[in-house]
Amino acid sequence: MLVVVFFVLTVTLFPLGVGPEASVLRRIAPGVIWVSALLAAMLSLDRLFQVDFEDGSLDQLALAPLPLELVAAAKCLAHWLSTGLPLLVISPLLGILLNLSGEAYGTLLLAMAIGTPSLSLVGAIGAALTVGIRRGGVLLSLLVLPLYIPVLIFGVGAIDAALVGLGGNAHLLVLAAILLIALPLAPWAVAGALRLNLE
Amino acid sequence: MVNWHRLANPKLFLTWSRRVLPWAAVITALLLAVGLYLSLFVAPPDYQQGDTVRIMFVHVPSAWMALFTYTVMAGASAAGLIWKSPLSHLTAKAAAPIGASFTLLALATGALWGQPMWGTWWVWDARLTSVLILFFLYLGYMAIWQAIDDYTRAAKSAAILALVGFVNVPIIKFSVDWWNTLHQPASVLRLDGPSIHPTLLTPLFVMIAAFTGYFIVLLLIRLEREILARQAQTLRRAQARG
Repeated sequence: MLVVVFFVLTVTLFPLGVGPEASVLRRIAPGVIWVSALLAAMLSLDRLFQVDFEDGSLDQLALAPLPLELVAAAKCLAHWLSTGLPLLVISPLLGILLNLSGEAYGTLLLAMAIGTPSLSLVGAIGAALTVGIRRGGVLLSLLVLPLYIPVLIFGVGAIDAALVGLGGNAHLLVLAAILLIALPLAPWAVAGALRLNLE
Repeated sequence: MVNWHRLANPKLFLTWSRRVLPWAAVITALLLAVGLYLSLFVAPPDYQQGDTVRIMFVHVPSAWMALFTYTVMAGASAAGLIWKSPLSHLTAKAAAPIGASFTLLALATGALWGQPMWGTWWVWDARLTSVLILFFLYLGYMAIWQAIDDYTRAAKSAAILALVGFVNVPIIKFSVDWWNTLHQPASVLRLDGPSIHPTLLTPLFVMIAAFTGYFIVLLLIRLEREILARQAQTLRRAQARG
């Protein structure tokens, strides 16, 4: 829930920062929503493995018969359900607040639905790499944000394309491609990084 | 036939590198001298760009080296994870700051060229943006080495990060083909041959060779330093244990 509050609050800052002019807000709405979603998703990452690491349950999970890759995938899914999905649900409301035009809402929802799972998957790699590090939060953002940029570009691109009437399909397909690459590879990298930090 | 595997042994590597280094340095200096002479005095000014085209003789090699260094880094990281060869991770670590410098140089010279040619220092086009991301990836890689004290953990964490970030390299290479951007499309490495006139191409290739030599020289020096630092650390630990 806190993540959603953070998301809404960040978006609220933009009209205060750039001025309440409707045409300006409409123009920057896709970018503002995506950037805020990115930051909100990143903010919750450092707790993804940290608590389990501190109380030792991560060791238990690593010793359990279930492959650590599957545990990692389950963790990513949990992160998406607790972060990505709420962001997705609330994003049309923020679109209204920012005067986003009517024809863009379908694409906004689709782009968020395809894009946010990639954020959880890629972010989990950063979270797993920084799990043992004291105050790893800043390092985590340095590692993860550059990797988030493609999702941001195509997420915003899809909505912008829909706004000018081109249809966001091409961008949505690239987002789907990113997800399909991240889906099998990220849990593998996460498990590798976790094993390393549990040694 | 040289047995390259033996170079994975730090001690043998040090003797080999000390023998090779002076030669590499001399060859690099010669190439750089010839390359600079060709690009500054021999190459004709471009009919549209005038003398500004000479920035390209620094810009293109730096950009290539930025990608090449990351590829070396990712390759060394993969080798380190797969074969656990002792020098691989140190090679990747030694290469990272060099690559970051080349990336910064490519961005800076690109901005200097863009100002008179495009009328702007910076545009958010696909090639420029992805190279900027590459720079951040280098910074992240160096930061993770800094953040973790334990050598093995730092090495493996950094290696995983380098491999994850490697997806960016083909994106940079092909960004100018995939997207219609302000940055010009590939003009040297393309299927139907280079689209640059030989009078400009020759100095460019000499400069690329010089930059590659410079990279090798720096890498050898830095790697030697890394090996010695690591040995010193091991000795200090042994001493502390008494």
